Amino acid sequence: MAKLVLNEEERMLADSARAFLDDAAPVKHLRELRDAGRTHDPALWKAMAEMGWAGILVPESAGGADMGHAAAGLLAGEMGKTLVASPFLSSAVIAATALRQVSDRRAADALAGIASGEVTYALAIDEGPKFAPEATRMEARREGNGFRLTGRKTFVVDGGFADRLLVLARTGEGLTLFDIPADRAGVSREGRAMIDSRDAARIDFDAVEATGEDVLGQVDDAMRVLRPALEAGQAALAAELSGLAAGAFGMTVGYLKERKQFGVLIGQFQALQHRAADLWCQTEVTASAILHAGRKLDEDPENATLAVSLAKARATETAKAAVIEGVQMHGGIGMTDAFDMGFYMKRARVGAEWLGDYGWHAEQVARLRGF
Amino acid sequence: MGGDMAAETEDPAGFRAELREWLEANCPESLRDANGPEDSICWGGKRWVFESEDQKLWLERCVTRGLTVPTWPKEYGGAGYSREQEKVFHQEMARINARWPLQSFGIWMLGPALLHFGTPEQKAHFLPPISRGEIRWCQGYSEPGAGSDLASVQTRCEDKGDHWLVNGQKIWTSYADQADWIFALVRTDREAKKHLGITFLLLDMTSPGVTTRPIKLISGASPFCETFFDNVEVPKEHAPGISSVVGTVNRGWDVAKYLLTHERTMISATGSGARSLGAVLSEEMGGITDASLRAAAVKAEVDALAIGLTLERYKDMAESGQGVGDASAMLKYVGTELNKDRHELMMATGGSEALEWDGPHGTRPADWLRTKANSIEGGTSEVMLGIVSRRVLGLPG
Ligand SMILES: Cc1cc2nc3c(=O)[nH]c(=O)nc-3n(C[C@H](O)[C@H](O)[C@H](O)COP(=O)(O)OP(=O)(O)OC[C@H]3O[C@@H](n4cnc5c(N)ncnc54)[C@H](O)[C@@H]3O)c2cc1C
Repeated sequence: MAKLVLNEEERMLADSARAFLDDAAPVKHLRELRDAGRTHDPALWKAMAEMGWAGILVPESAGGADMGHAAAGLLAGEMGKTLVASPFLSSAVIAATALRQVSDRRAADALAGIASGEVTYALAIDEGPKFAPEATRMEARREGNGFRLTGRKTFVVDGGFADRLLVLARTGEGLTLFDIPADRAGVSREGRAMIDSRDAARIDFDAVEATGEDVLGQVDDAMRVLRPALEAGQAALAAELSGLAAGAFGMTVGYLKERKQFGVLIGQFQALQHRAADLWCQTEVTASAILHAGRKLDEDPENATLAVSLAKARATETAKAAVIEGVQMHGGIGMTDAFDMGFYMKRARVGAEWLGDYGWHAEQVARLRGF
Repeated sequence: MGGDMAAETEDPAGFRAELREWLEANCPESLRDANGPEDSICWGGKRWVFESEDQKLWLERCVTRGLTVPTWPKEYGGAGYSREQEKVFHQEMARINARWPLQSFGIWMLGPALLHFGTPEQKAHFLPPISRGEIRWCQGYSEPGAGSDLASVQTRCEDKGDHWLVNGQKIWTSYADQADWIFALVRTDREAKKHLGITFLLLDMTSPGVTTRPIKLISGASPFCETFFDNVEVPKEHAPGISSVVGTVNRGWDVAKYLLTHERTMISATGSGARSLGAVLSEEMGGITDASLRAAAVKAEVDALAIGLTLERYKDMAESGQGVGDASAMLKYVGTELNKDRHELMMATGGSEALEWDGPHGTRPADWLRTKANSIEGGTSEVMLGIVSRRVLGLPG
């Protein structure tokens, strides 16, 4: 397997991403969106698409950069550092990976749409408060040559503005994944005000018509297409959370070197030094799991489940620790809305739940490690 | 853990295939017990008593191929393996569950320090006997008054023209009573600032005036000692051209610190090479039914895998020229704390059966007690966190 160090190309990608995002999307950008009552900035996504980020996992034949999952993780990590709101995970990672599992004209066109930034996707799987794709109850009832979808999806990330939806529904024998436009008759979506100020919708399907054309992959065999897509999304989300942890931690260490109490810098107190050092150690350990998951998805995707769940489990816990300590070590100012740490805390909580929480992924690790 | 998570790499030159065939043909059946007790691995040295003909044979065979120190240059007894080849070697050893042929402080600590700071003459003189398991070394760093504050060592070392005269006391010297030679930190300048008056000295434990007294551990074993130096004369040159000082006189702290980064990286790996905790515990309990125990074991497994990958990542970084340096403190801290957790869990699943010294779980209670030293030896966890906070994070001292 490729080494667990960044190669020259990867380092350049991360550096250029950082430079762009520091300018175009610092945390202030998310704050401004929130204050304006918006959850998404199409102009920012357009700029990212122009740099090739929307097509990072799209084959070159469909206009993508095809740089792989480790590279996608680097971008997600840089976005995490400054809490960049974009459909990167939903469209460029999850939907693109799902579409790549299918080789037909329609999938190729859809991938081209993603790469150009013109088409955005959202993944509609959750129905209850916890991630449980196998327990999907929403029904796609056969009718003639097609289907009728009826039911409710919750926590559809980026579902408030996405052009298309990947919808998981039960079809007799098993589960089937549908790829339909979000404005199809019978689809009604309601944006929810989320703690992280980002987009998520509740979507009702009222006998929505779908044809065989709308099925992604095979009927009753959603997981063949969905599993790789979920794993790609989980790995990239883990990378985002790892970046988030690094961003929050950087602010905290900065404050330890700047704030004085009792006539000394608070960073001189050993109680805080050791907690900060422990946090750094946790961040480093998690970073290894993140890079490894990306490499595994690139080189041995059939056997990446353990690596991906390990990454998501670790990233969830590390991000949580980083924001809790982040607020605590800032004292009162950490609790104010005017200070950015709260944004990190709220995004860390959303990221913890999305695509499986710590318990869900730890259980995967347990299963694969013979518990 | 590399064996579990990493896919087998390509093998264009037939390296793996050839090695596999050799290991199959040469590793005695009775040595295919890598999960056996830790003290079953040969430590070498003049006093070593082989437990069996097989143990001796396995060592000799590995020595002929340089496999006791696979990454050392061939001229010093190694196999000259690259990092990639070393990984394959580890995987192939794990595949047949082969026991390590040899372990020692010479391999883990002195060797790397000599490779970095030694003269060509010192390397040629001291390294091959380490690789062959002929000379066993011990580490004379700690003193009664110098533990975490190691740079305040007081063992006096005076220049007497053709020899050094050493007086003082070391403590916690692991296996001093079994060792042939010692590498010691001694004070050669009492006026200079504490870091600048230390010298890294090599001496023969059979020198007149060296005595050791074993200290018993809570685990019942007594692997470490007090070591006394009473007017010990150490020749300036052990043989023509072979200095007894590594590096420069009064600059031994640089050598000491470099060695510590290797020691810490080595100690950090104690727990992560082990089998899946879940598999072990499930096997003996038929599935872990206690919910809190299971949750703790799963967390330990998650951490073990991630820490194992971190060791891999730092080795990859070192190979690509990015020094590990102060981050070895991080590796040691996370690795040893994890190992303590793992052994707590093993004790808990063993229940009352694990409370007997020689009960159904063998050395488990002794091993559990021994792991408590992991976060003390080679620098305590608190000292590791101090290194991270000052040198990595740049927090004020
Ligand atoms: C099994 C075992 C084998 C060993 N083998 C060897 C060997 O072969 N050779 C050798 O030279 N030494 C050896 N040692 C010694 C080991 O390196 C020392 O025990 C260790 O460095 C700690 O020193 P100390 O015991 O004097 O504890 P102290 O330094 O007295 O520490 C006591 C406590 O105070 C804490 N503390 C100290 N300073 C600070 C600080 N600045 N901030 C916060 N907390 C602090 C420590 O973390 C610890 O919890 C061995 C020890 C053990 C347990």
